[in-house]
Amino acid sequence: MNGIHDMGGMHGMGPIQREKNEPVFHAFWEGRVFALSRALGAWRKWNLDASRHSREVIPPAEYLRMSYYEKWLTALTEQVVGSGLATRAEIESGKPARGSTKAVPPLTADKVAPLVANGAPASRNVPATPRFKAGQRVRARNMHPVGHTRLVRYARGKQGTIERDHGIFVFPDSNAHFQGERPNHVYSVRFAARELWGEQASPRDAVYIDMWDDYLEPA
Amino acid sequence: MLLRDQYDADKMDITRRGFIAAAGASAGSEAVHAQDHGHDHDHQAVPSDLALRTKALESLLVDKGLVDRAALDALVDTYEHKIGPRNGARVVARAWTDAAYKKRLLADATTAIAELGFPTGLQGEHMLVLENTPKVHNLVVCTLCSCYPWPVLGLPPVWYKSAPYRSRSVIDPRGVLREFGLQLSEDIEVRVWDSTAELRYLVLPERPAGSEKMTEDELAALVTRDSMVGVAKVTLQGGQA
Repeated sequence: MNGIHDMGGMHGMGPIQREKNEPVFHAFWEGRVFALSRALGAWRKWNLDASRHSREVIPPAEYLRMSYYEKWLTALTEQVVGSGLATRAEIESGKPARGSTKAVPPLTADKVAPLVANGAPASRNVPATPRFKAGQRVRARNMHPVGHTRLVRYARGKQGTIERDHGIFVFPDSNAHFQGERPNHVYSVRFAARELWGEQASPRDAVYIDMWDDYLEPA
Repeated sequence: MLLRDQYDADKMDITRRGFIAAAGASAGSEAVHAQDHGHDHDHQAVPSDLALRTKALESLLVDKGLVDRAALDALVDTYEHKIGPRNGARVVARAWTDAAYKKRLLADATTAIAELGFPTGLQGEHMLVLENTPKVHNLVVCTLCSCYPWPVLGLPPVWYKSAPYRSRSVIDPRGVLREFGLQLSEDIEVRVWDSTAELRYLVLPERPAGSEKMTEDELAALVTRDSMVGVAKVTLQGGQA
């Protein structure tokens, strides 16, 4: 979707504000939101791409106003309701519905270290034919899907060169909407800064963007 | 610290609408305030709306048996205390002092990082290391969200996730670097890496001149988080971030 989250190349966002001795979490609740998100992920009711999309659909004015973990909390709450893990009435009352059965959490404390150590690789060991190879000139497709995509707007229609083939990965555009993993090759594509931004950019500079095979066409 | 006590000991009925409305008026400013200055005092008279909402959600999910509170504690503890940029600094220092390791790191970063005993799990499953040289400077961003190599750098700082950095680092990387105090000459090639897929990037900064006699431990102490994102160089003085 052409949402506010797709920020590459925008102006007017102000100076970068750095903080000395920044804590990992600025408030206790932020850590809880982070942890809840990981713990609920273990139910496998959604996936990483769907989680990202749930934050992208926050209305633009709200998206810019909210702090990072407020966006997470808002999106997570919608995912909990949308997936049926809890009802809106339960969220509002803070209490389980009368007569509801108690579940068994899939992520217990002893499983945290293995989760952190092993993660959830998005690569897939399935055959997929790469349409492109290193050194080849390509063009990012000029497409504007209303759903989730990782094809950044600033590169659409632009030409670049395949730098390397990273292998085969889950395709976010379908996976975010539970329409299958459709694994395909991901490439690092080098775009000259001037191809993206014109004469104002330095002639030496480049932006490397990871792109799925389905985002590309021969140039 | 913004204390757990405040979150746990909040004795009021969290569903009381009057209280939430009152707390909500000040809630939005919390993050901004926290970004303004690092502080360790608790200045909130009442828990924020966000703290209340989070607490209510956690309590519901625990009551429903959907999450385990001890697992939440373990997750927070892991990212507050166990995983952070010191991991990445060890990787960099090893690469500076062991040419064979550096070669392995540049060829297969995920395996080479695991070799040092660091996790290569959550948000570090597919790692790539980018080497800075006198001719090439690498800078990492995620314009779409906040992708960052957790196992070696921990969770990202607020600026990395912020609109100013995400929007400008691809269109004006040299301007962004100047904001961080780094002026690069035109003959250096700047490569910006937009983390749009599941590859996660760690910059291998240049080893500072004058560090030839330093041990691996001493070198690791110089390596900052910012240098491994590519917004700073490593100096003999080290740095806070």
